[in-house]
Amino acid sequence: MIDFATLLIVFREVIEAGLIVGIVLAATTGVPHRGRFVALGVGGGVAGACLVAAFAGELAALFQGNGQELFNASILLLAVAMLTWHNVWMASHGREMARELKAAGHQVKTGERTLAALAVVVGVAVLREGSEVVLFLYGIVAQGGASAAAMTVGGVLGLAAGAGVSALIFYGLLAIPAGKLFQVTSWLITLLAAGMAAQAVLFLQNGGYINMLDAGVWNSSWLLADDSIAGRLLHTLIGYVQEPDWAQLIAYGATIAMMLALMRLVSARDAARRQLKLV
Amino acid sequence: MHKSLLLAAAFVVAAPALADAPIMLTLQNHKFTPSVIKVKANQPAMITMVNKDGTAEEFDSSELKIEKVVAGNQSGSIRIRALKPGTYHFMGEYHDKTAQGVVIAQ
Repeated sequence: MIDFATLLIVFREVIEAGLIVGIVLAATTGVPHRGRFVALGVGGGVAGACLVAAFAGELAALFQGNGQELFNASILLLAVAMLTWHNVWMASHGREMARELKAAGHQVKTGERTLAALAVVVGVAVLREGSEVVLFLYGIVAQGGASAAAMTVGGVLGLAAGAGVSALIFYGLLAIPAGKLFQVTSWLITLLAAGMAAQAVLFLQNGGYINMLDAGVWNSSWLLADDSIAGRLLHTLIGYVQEPDWAQLIAYGATIAMMLALMRLVSARDAARRQLKLV
Repeated sequence: MHKSLLLAAAFVVAAPALADAPIMLTLQNHKFTPSVIKVKANQPAMITMVNKDGTAEEFDSSELKIEKVVAGNQSGSIRIRALKPGTYHFMGEYHDKTAQGVVIAQ
């Protein structure tokens, strides 16, 4: 017997974290030791998820009952900062990395310096989705009952299915030619960060820290609902929500603008340096 | 006449305080009571969710844009933003077969 409710909830959360892991793996193609860093991020995320789940009540009680919202907003903004750092760094070294990737051996040594930042992003993603899985599964175990075995099977299958879909995304990204790969992952990371910034704003609103511009701008639930699998995937990938408000849209746009501006600035600086050397 | 005016004045003064009091929502045996919550349209509201179950539950509503975990045997505050008139579904994500409810803004 398989419990489909468990399968679905585990699948959903695993796929959300898995998409981010897939993008990070694609963005670090050929970089030595990246497996170790990504594993560290996943391991740290799982440990963090267990801690957050175990102390859910204590966490929520902090900051006049807004601990959960502040915590979620903080780790999301931390991930946005790390993704920005990665992309700005890539703007300076992306060409070099693409050259290394195309060269014999495919060793992208230059990429090692950005691994720690991306490990943090993986850790945050696994922590956020993982703590929900832990709370849900703990609830099942605590209730006991004969269906525990069916739920375990459902959980394992959900994990496998989620990991499988994430792997498909990863291999799909790898099909991109080496010269273009880092450009594509750079864009994906920009949209990932924008979506996370908008969600951080939502948590700050729900904690009562932002009270302006909270009217919905549009409602596209008829086209793509937040609760559908496609809606969730697009939410993770590009921050899709069925009814964004002005504050969220501003955070989304500002993150993209900030990231592009910083990337341009760094490439312009590099170009100026190259010219100086030529003179 | 005079008395009723005074009463009316008292009501006007008292009304905002009533609106600001949090709405109590209890979760027990993975069911919400009340399962229909009425709030005033275009005005924020607070819900205090009391989780009487031993396990955590996540108050989840894409329509209300809220995801809030309330640990077992604890309570949590849920901020409802100013809503247009309408019906908004919510559920307990970990027990969505039984834990269902709606917020009606009018």
